[in-house]
Amino acid sequence: MQSSNAINYDYTVAKYFTVATIVLGIVGMSVGVIIAFQLAFPELNNLAGEYGNFGRLRPLHTDAVAFGFTVSGIMATWYYIGQRVLKVSMAESKFLMFIGKLQFWLYIVTVAAVVVSLIMGITTSKEYAEFEWPIDIAIVVVWVLWGISIFGLIGIRREKVLYISIWYYIATFLGIAMLYLFNNMEVPTYFVAGVGKWYHSVSMYAGSNDAMVQWWYGHNAVAFAFTVPIIAMIYYFLPKESGQPVFSYKLSLLSFWGLMFVYLWAGGHHLLYSTVPDWVQTMGSIFSVVLILPSWGSAINMLLTMKGEWGQLKENPLVKFYVLASTFYMLSTLEGPIQAIKSVNALAHFTDWIPGHVHDGTLGWVGFMIIGALFHMAPRMFKKEIFSKKLIESQFWLQTTGIVLYFSSMWIAGITQGMMWRATDQYGNLTYSFIDTVEVLHPYWTLRAVGGLFYLIGVFMWAYNMYKTATSSRAIEKEPQYASPMA
Amino acid sequence: MFHWLEKNPFFFAVGVFVVIAYAGIVTVVPDFMESARPLKGVKPYTTLQLAGRQIYIENDCNACHSQLIRPFKSETDRYGKYSLSGEYAYDRPFLWGSRRIGPDLHRVGNYRTTDWNENHMLDPESVVPGSIMPKYGFMFDKSMDFDTAYAEAYTVKKVFNVPYDKPGMPKLGTYEEAKKAAIKEAGAIVADMKDQAVKDAYKKGDIKEIVAIIAYLNSLK
Ligand code: HEC
Ligand code: HEM
Repeated sequence: MQSSNAINYDYTVAKYFTVATIVLGIVGMSVGVIIAFQLAFPELNNLAGEYGNFGRLRPLHTDAVAFGFTVSGIMATWYYIGQRVLKVSMAESKFLMFIGKLQFWLYIVTVAAVVVSLIMGITTSKEYAEFEWPIDIAIVVVWVLWGISIFGLIGIRREKVLYISIWYYIATFLGIAMLYLFNNMEVPTYFVAGVGKWYHSVSMYAGSNDAMVQWWYGHNAVAFAFTVPIIAMIYYFLPKESGQPVFSYKLSLLSFWGLMFVYLWAGGHHLLYSTVPDWVQTMGSIFSVVLILPSWGSAINMLLTMKGEWGQLKENPLVKFYVLASTFYMLSTLEGPIQAIKSVNALAHFTDWIPGHVHDGTLGWVGFMIIGALFHMAPRMFKKEIFSKKLIESQFWLQTTGIVLYFSSMWIAGITQGMMWRATDQYGNLTYSFIDTVEVLHPYWTLRAVGGLFYLIGVFMWAYNMYKTATSSRAIEKEPQYASPMA
Repeated sequence: MFHWLEKNPFFFAVGVFVVIAYAGIVTVVPDFMESARPLKGVKPYTTLQLAGRQIYIENDCNACHSQLIRPFKSETDRYGKYSLSGEYAYDRPFLWGSRRIGPDLHRVGNYRTTDWNENHMLDPESVVPGSIMPKYGFMFDKSMDFDTAYAEAYTVKKVFNVPYDKPGMPKLGTYEEAKKAAIKEAGAIVADMKDQAVKDAYKKGDIKEIVAIIAYLNSLK
């Protein structure tokens, strides 16, 4: 076998997706900040007529961060990690190079179509599956291309044993493929009736069934976009950046298969006290609690990888990003199961506590991992030092403050609101009218928006640092083995 | 076994797929037929209501409003009888929502009138001071899309056997018949409204979006 240094990895596609990650991160999170301010200051809804109100922008936010920022991050890291752990260069196969580029450009076209259609109000209403059928078809093609890329690269690999990260990328590919196909079963109405909008469709499932399929999808879209591929990243980047081997192979094995097994059962926790069958709800609740085990398994495996090396936290800001990401992963995988307990869910469901939970996962875990991963890749892709260590440090603290503001304000808001909805006076009458429970949230919504703004500013700092690294930083001769060089 | 799988990507992928796929089958399939059965007395939407429902979706009202009353006293006191599975049998897609930035709307037709909704959609704050709901003034200018609503009703009738044109059920009929019926139904709502431009447009055969969405809100009971 060749030694890895002798292979000249080709990062063309990884670089494309790196740019997409940054741009879509800025777009998606700017929209997030806008909708956050709209709740606190509703006049902001009227700035762009029908195209700029909360209802139109909220799905744009969720889809731009999930399918834009996160999926681009997944692709960028795949096109980087894939070659390196399989010990084969993209440059060795013209075909795979072509597929990679085709996937990228088709993906960009699809994203553009998504942005336009959501602003126009073209949506199926299903969360994270808002796209109408023509876009669904494009998404399926992009996904198939990615599959060809994964299995093609695996097919010509030199390293026979698949590294842990590869397991997780394969699972991401299969999981999303299955979920997406089943949840988006729809009938285009124009082709049946011959009138109306050509892109309109109607769901194959109705009512409670539709809800069940949607949340089987919705919950697991979180699993296979926000969890599984991010674990792929941390299993590669933390050991690489710190120079420490993964703490336990057995634990990674156990958490991988455990996660695969348990995750798919937990979707019912989105439907507690709804009209889907009771046993589906109970199972969703129980499996959600069991889910703590494999989730913490991975996180603990990562933290223990740093055993005896905690000093690195002081010296290396990238390690800080990774370690805090694992910590937030533990926090949100503890919080989620708590919210899935039926009596807690009765209070928490429909309140701000839910986006609170979502965002300590997405900002702390997903966002920090992707940011940290691309920072690690930059010196190796561009053969330059990272432009500024100081800037990374300030970004880290600003964003961490942002996250803390975000989730603490949402916890208080959610619990306050849940309590007010159910409060009764001594005669058993409801104490508060609905609008009372809205007005009380104003300070928390303002605080959340400010927290989000901090995080967004951090993203701009990251973008600037990455840009400077690629264009005007000091060149390095030899690829660094572990810690990324930074000025 | 696991070591072997790690060297055999094909079987590895098959293994992962099997492990993740059967959870879906076991949870979703068993009650599928049962959950699809309509409650007695529940009827499919008229084309005007369906047009309103499409506008509801287009503007993602479901981002802020749920349509699912849970079986707690605090909810039934506030919104009315708790929701039953069979009430949703004709809801494609379901619109339960996941947030209550605004109140639940599953039975809003019981306690809000055409007149109230007209004022509220135009300027929520003028009706409920402190409201943070966006203004939907543009619905007074934009014409509703009858064709797509008809296409949807026709499609669910043909493909999913939704009982339009059955005894005791809403009539769909041909495109022309359906259009006539929608205009008639809209007339009753327009009569209760006060916006002169909407009334004038209606006289010319042009139904504005606001009429359709009110028809839909009124149907939620
Ligand atoms: C930003 C979130 C938001 C969006 C989007 C939104 N609403 Fe609301 N809505 C509210 C809030 C908050 C209230 C409670 C205050 C009030 O009555 O204005 C409310 C109240 C209502 C009510 C009165 C319910 C009651 O019980 O009094 C109706 C009806 C309504 N909205 C319909 C709609 C429709 C239709 C749409 C979409 C076109 C929509 N809303 C979009 C936030 C929203
Ligand atoms: C700049 C930082 C961000 C801000 C200010 C922000 C703001 C918001 C707001 C206001 C909502 C709507 C909440 C509601 O309906 O009450 C939301 C929802 C959501 N956001 Fe963000 N967001 C940010 C970053 C992100 C990131 C990075 C991700 C994912 C990678 C993300 C994923 C989501 C998801 C999945 C939801 C839907 C939650 C639900 O349905 O409960 N957000 N965000």
